[in-house]
Amino acid sequence: MATQTTPPSQSNVIGRSVARIDGPLKTTGTAQYAADFHFPNMAHAVPVQSTIASGRIEKLDAAAAQSMPGVLLVLHHGNMDKLYRVVPNDFSATTSEARPPFEDRTIYYWGQYVAVVVAETLEQATAAAAAVKVEYSQTPAKLSTNLGDYAGKRPSVSQRGDAEKAFAAAPIKVDQTYVTPAETHNPIEMHATVAAWEGDSVTLYETSQGVVNHRYAMAQVLGIPRENVTVVTRFLGSGFGGKLFPWPHSALAAVASRRLQRPVKLSVNRTMMFSNVGHRPLCEQRFQLGATTDGKLLSLRQDYINHTSLIDDIDEGCGEATTYLYSVPSLTVTRALAQRNVGTPSPMRGPGAVPGLFAMESAMDELAVALNMDPVELRLRNDATKDESNGQPFSSRHLKECIETGAAKFGWKQRTPAVGSMRRDGRVLGWGMAAASWGAYRFPCAATVALEVDGRVTVRCATQDVGTGTYTIFAQVLQEKTGLPFERIGVHLGDTSMPEGPMSGGSWATASVLPAVSSAADSVVKTLLQVANSTAGSPFAGVDPAKLQLTAGRVHQAGEPAETGVPFEKLIAMARLSRISADGNTTAIFEDPKAKGLSLHSFGAQFVEVEWEPQIARLRVSRVVTVIDGGRIINPKAAANQIKGAVVMGVGMGLLEQTVYDPRTGQPINGNMADYLMATCPDTPEIDVTFLDYPDLAMGEYGARGIGEIGLAGVAPAIASAVYHATGVRVRTLPVRIEDLLQSRIREA
Amino acid sequence: MQSFSYEKAQSVEQATGTTGKFIAGGTTLVDLMKLGVETPTQLVDVTALPLAQVETLPNGGLRIGAMVRNSDLAHHPAVGKDYAVLSEALLSGASPQLRNMATTGGNLLQRTRCPYFRDPSYSNCNKRNPGSGCAAIGGHNRMMAILGTSDACIATHPSDMCVALTALEATIQVEGPKGKRSIAIADFYKLPGTTPNVENALEPGELITYVDLPAPRKASKQVYLKLRDRASYEFALASAAVVAEVSGGHVRAVQIALGGVGTRPWRAHEAEAALTGKPATAAHFRAAAEDALKGAKPSSENGFKVELAKRCIVRAMTMASA
Repeated sequence: MATQTTPPSQSNVIGRSVARIDGPLKTTGTAQYAADFHFPNMAHAVPVQSTIASGRIEKLDAAAAQSMPGVLLVLHHGNMDKLYRVVPNDFSATTSEARPPFEDRTIYYWGQYVAVVVAETLEQATAAAAAVKVEYSQTPAKLSTNLGDYAGKRPSVSQRGDAEKAFAAAPIKVDQTYVTPAETHNPIEMHATVAAWEGDSVTLYETSQGVVNHRYAMAQVLGIPRENVTVVTRFLGSGFGGKLFPWPHSALAAVASRRLQRPVKLSVNRTMMFSNVGHRPLCEQRFQLGATTDGKLLSLRQDYINHTSLIDDIDEGCGEATTYLYSVPSLTVTRALAQRNVGTPSPMRGPGAVPGLFAMESAMDELAVALNMDPVELRLRNDATKDESNGQPFSSRHLKECIETGAAKFGWKQRTPAVGSMRRDGRVLGWGMAAASWGAYRFPCAATVALEVDGRVTVRCATQDVGTGTYTIFAQVLQEKTGLPFERIGVHLGDTSMPEGPMSGGSWATASVLPAVSSAADSVVKTLLQVANSTAGSPFAGVDPAKLQLTAGRVHQAGEPAETGVPFEKLIAMARLSRISADGNTTAIFEDPKAKGLSLHSFGAQFVEVEWEPQIARLRVSRVVTVIDGGRIINPKAAANQIKGAVVMGVGMGLLEQTVYDPRTGQPINGNMADYLMATCPDTPEIDVTFLDYPDLAMGEYGARGIGEIGLAGVAPAIASAVYHATGVRVRTLPVRIEDLLQSRIREA
Repeated sequence: MQSFSYEKAQSVEQATGTTGKFIAGGTTLVDLMKLGVETPTQLVDVTALPLAQVETLPNGGLRIGAMVRNSDLAHHPAVGKDYAVLSEALLSGASPQLRNMATTGGNLLQRTRCPYFRDPSYSNCNKRNPGSGCAAIGGHNRMMAILGTSDACIATHPSDMCVALTALEATIQVEGPKGKRSIAIADFYKLPGTTPNVENALEPGELITYVDLPAPRKASKQVYLKLRDRASYEFALASAAVVAEVSGGHVRAVQIALGGVGTRPWRAHEAEAALTGKPATAAHFRAAAEDALKGAKPSSENGFKVELAKRCIVRAMTMASA
């Protein structure tokens, strides 16, 4: 954290748009992703998947596979090494599926791994995997086609006032059910593990959004000491939450490698990714809004249910944003889990908040229609001045400004409210908007900064760059503290042999790493100035370190130009040191007295225009204006890139994405990039991103909160509202499809 | 993928003299081999054959070599000028990478995207295992066909190019062990009936050598309209290829073919008959569209395709009459 010894900022690099320092490695193909690691004598593993969703393995015949060319090993329930579960609810060591692979003969979901074949080549392993014969006894599967028949418990998540009574008495009511489908994370980089043992220690080359957690979890799963597990993730081709915690393939690769005493690579192919590495679960949410005739909310009730697997109870948390976004005296949120024969769900960009906001902001739009009130005006009338779920003040909330800024940039004033009333170039226009929010978090982080005798400054931290610019943020802080150009700054991430850093998830990586790097850099500079003072032969020998400073890489007398000073590496050499290093730490936000009693959230507003050609039921998102209140933005270029990507993902969520399970087998039937539709470049609208850039000093000296998830929040409901405005069709089950649009009574543009 | 031999044919005679499976761009075949749907033991690469030209026929028509790549064909000046419907259809299909690989002959033999056909873990597929049943019936069927289906198969023919060729009344030239012959595109594709495994009129060993297009009709206007969920890289939910002569406010002659709705590229004869000689008005287009879809038999999830296909015809005819 900042102290009075903090030297003045070297540059305005914090808050400036800079290109990602790892960009050239990626554009030249030299960045090493998990599956890019190759080792001499490496073998290849290919899993065999269950072709039923529910039942039991009666017989597994690997004889034919075992005798095929190049096959080294076939692992299955009958010959698997002992694997262990992790301690439940220990958030330092979390796995995705509680059940280790092959733990029993039961089949819980279609695609579950039932065996893994290891061979000299990928082709040999693939061929042999197809030759493993499995006989099952099937039991009726509970498939995730809908959740409407759920009759179980609905525990309360949040409660204030009497929502039931207030709703009954409210003059204006909205009572609707909203459905968001299962969606599959589709990062461009597929999941993979390369496992290599040396003695009784293993190195796992992973595509992990949390190398430290991966290490802790895999040490428990494998039953070996933590220090015997090293996890390496140099680069990620993104994850969207699907790579937060280890999936079963990591253990399969580790066991196969230990058995063979050879490095083993296991790549999860795209189709497997639809069944074995998580998804956003199907959610059904009933929303009841009660309001006065002038649009003041009286009551809000949200009853949500999401599917989960038979193995794990995963609560999507659709109430994430419900309890504090608006001012409403009576509120009830309940949750429910419906167990289904599906793989275990996992967080996906904005878990809970994103489907929750689809429902809530759609309901708000319906309320605006019922009131005959402008949707912007309805939001402004119900703005909250404190977090009404706990009475805490917000650390920094500018939702109103987000909405007003967005409305102005979008030209919302021109909107005519009647359905189908706006036209342009032979098309109907629909304009919709939604508010957005996402929690702000900061987790512990340690980092080591070193001034090296070769004239470089380096930082080491076992966090990882999910692809969004974390490497660059470290470099920006070091440049600010030392004045060195990026060419002389080395950032080393993604290796658990380094000091422990945070997961890249929940939009918290930036806020978590900044204090650690900053304080380590401050300490290192302080030590350097002391070395300048105490080293024989130093031009500053005996000079009070408080009167020295480091500028542009040179130590000099305060008040004198940097050119009069000495390059820091010369002083390090004079002192016969290899480096001067120091550690820095970030504390968790919930342990920070500065944040105590504050409600910490990011906010945003999404404004969407759709173009609708009723004659052919063609609808495209043409324009999006996004305004984000995400604290101080450290690198606006990378930040805008994240938000734009999130908006494109929102177009997919609104109009395209849905994992479809076969109604008989439970197989994700559209498990490939041609059949699972995501937005393509021609589907990408014009996107205007604005950051309000108010520092949130409860988060740390830089005031950064975090972005990423917030860019997706609110996009889908804004699209659905724009669709209603254009077509008159209210779509409450995503995605909005041609089937829905054909119901429009507007037939001409 | 199972092991196979590979050889590159240097002449048509050499290719048709083998018992191997022909491979050109491989955009369908290699995909299906990786999925275990196609399991050839012998591949004969036909890309070196001298069939990569587009040339004008003495009758004024166009002869397209079977090895002409989809992207080259789409951008060929003669195609752009006289057969715009073909160019538009090609460019609406797949992705640039696929179009750069895919050939004219290969596209004619493109297999269905039915997910059950593409996944051998479903043993019940009459295309793969004749007589085994159809997993798509009762399954996820949003993308399936609504025209030309049978109790044995509801798989959609996926091509855009072939829809345009159907409207253009192309002729397919083939050469095989028994010599050369010409097949009208109307006779090339078979309805699934009880034998969905038989998809076309090719005899064993026959190779598509050329596709011939009739001479362009001077006054004709051509349109390819493709409707789908996303703006690119998706198979049609419904598409229409229209070649129409409209003058004096009347439809003088018209050929209409539909994509995305049929088990084969679907020639809409009923719509053509309803339109020929009639005023080019929205009401007539709609009436013709109703006729075209009269025989539609949707499944549980694709009833919307009936209305969508009708609107597709109306819009394409409107564009062709503008």
